[in-house]
Amino acid sequence: MKVLLDQTKCVSSGQCVLAAPAVFDQRDEDGIAVLLVANPDAELHEEVREAARICPALAIAVQEP
Amino acid sequence: MTEAVTDTPAFPMARGGCPFDLPPALVDRMHSEPISRVKIWDGSTPWLLTRYGDVRAILADPRASVNTEMPGFPNLSRGNAARAHIRAFINMDDPEHAAQRRLLTSDFMVKKMEAMRPRIQEIVNQLIDEMLAGPRPVDLVEAFALPLPSMVISELLGIPYADRDFFHKMSRLMVSRTATGTEAIDAAEQLTAYVAELAESKIAAPGDDLLSRLALEQLHTGRMTRDQVGGMGRLLILAGHESTANMIALSTAALLEHPDQLAIIRESDDPKVIASSVEELLRYLTILHIGIRRIALEDIEIAGQLIRRGEGIVLALDAANRQDMAFPDPNTLDVTRDARHHVAFGHGIHVCLGQPLARVELQVVYRTLFRRIPTLTLAKPVEQLNFKNDMFVYGLYELPVTW
Repeated sequence: MKVLLDQTKCVSSGQCVLAAPAVFDQRDEDGIAVLLVANPDAELHEEVREAARICPALAIAVQEP
Repeated sequence: MTEAVTDTPAFPMARGGCPFDLPPALVDRMHSEPISRVKIWDGSTPWLLTRYGDVRAILADPRASVNTEMPGFPNLSRGNAARAHIRAFINMDDPEHAAQRRLLTSDFMVKKMEAMRPRIQEIVNQLIDEMLAGPRPVDLVEAFALPLPSMVISELLGIPYADRDFFHKMSRLMVSRTATGTEAIDAAEQLTAYVAELAESKIAAPGDDLLSRLALEQLHTGRMTRDQVGGMGRLLILAGHESTANMIALSTAALLEHPDQLAIIRESDDPKVIASSVEELLRYLTILHIGIRRIALEDIEIAGQLIRRGEGIVLALDAANRQDMAFPDPNTLDVTRDARHHVAFGHGIHVCLGQPLARVELQVVYRTLFRRIPTLTLAKPVEQLNFKNDMFVYGLYELPVTW
């Protein structure tokens, strides 16, 4: 799985951090999401899909082989 | 009932027997005509969207504007229309909106709200101690649901909690569907002036709070006017206490009426169960219950329906959150379901800024209230409770409880 995050779309809602805290964080200055792991391990895949699904800004894309 | 099909139904619609169910006429719209026109207070006939997918699509669509000043905008009420020119960033489109919202996004980050959890726990403990030491029955709204978020937002913003009677009263007039235009304008202006004055005083004597930061970085430097800072603070005060207070009281009443669900929350040590309960109650109750509003800047085609430029759009968040395609068996309160994709906080660029704070507050409440008072019960039958049908934000005027 490859995770793509578009920071220009992000609205700092923090939904991704709540859904997949091992994969996403928020930067201190403005809360914009940052990607911690671009190729997360299999046990995190469901959380990442959930993060992409609930992102209010549709800023997360997931590429699956 | 063939007449109802051809008549344009009035909106908002009245609730039926159960105060936690959607209005029957809204359910009828969802099933018979999920995109259809409704008649609002001023006689205009905006489009009502009820389906989860359609609501999310419009909320994510930059062609749907939040600018309340545009002619034809379907304002919530007469009072709301009268104060439509007093706009905070939630009533502005990008890039104006993003520029202002971004000044606040770091303050409401998940980790900052998590850092407030111990303080929120302390306030919750203290309020429950006071309730337990006082007489029974007690009004849970007055003793608990309203003080908690009011204290939290006061500390976060740096406004004196002693001024609560004033900001509660102004906020109530701003969310009332029955306030006159004069009352609504006066309340918005008074609250704006109150924050602006406080911000000015903080330039000389700043504290470690949000308003001091805005005062120093924005007001003192001339980046923002007095009125802009006042407007931002007005929004944060209102949104910071009103919706959370209503959610605490209403969800407590709903849980007391669903003892099996309450037992799951009371008996669980798992923060994930508490977190999922919060999401489910947000979904099930959807306290923004009379639709959030947009106006089409261009022609928009949605699910085969053309919405023309200049036409108003009402997005029924409560209906969307009860759609079976998105939430199987949607009318059942099930705190174990995955409800995280609900739209109770909205969706898109205007999604609620304070949602991480609201979540922490509600989680601490659910974890604590029912354990500290395991025999908590309604002191009046639910049918006799006074629900906020005449407000933009649904909730309870009083919640008499005993134990």
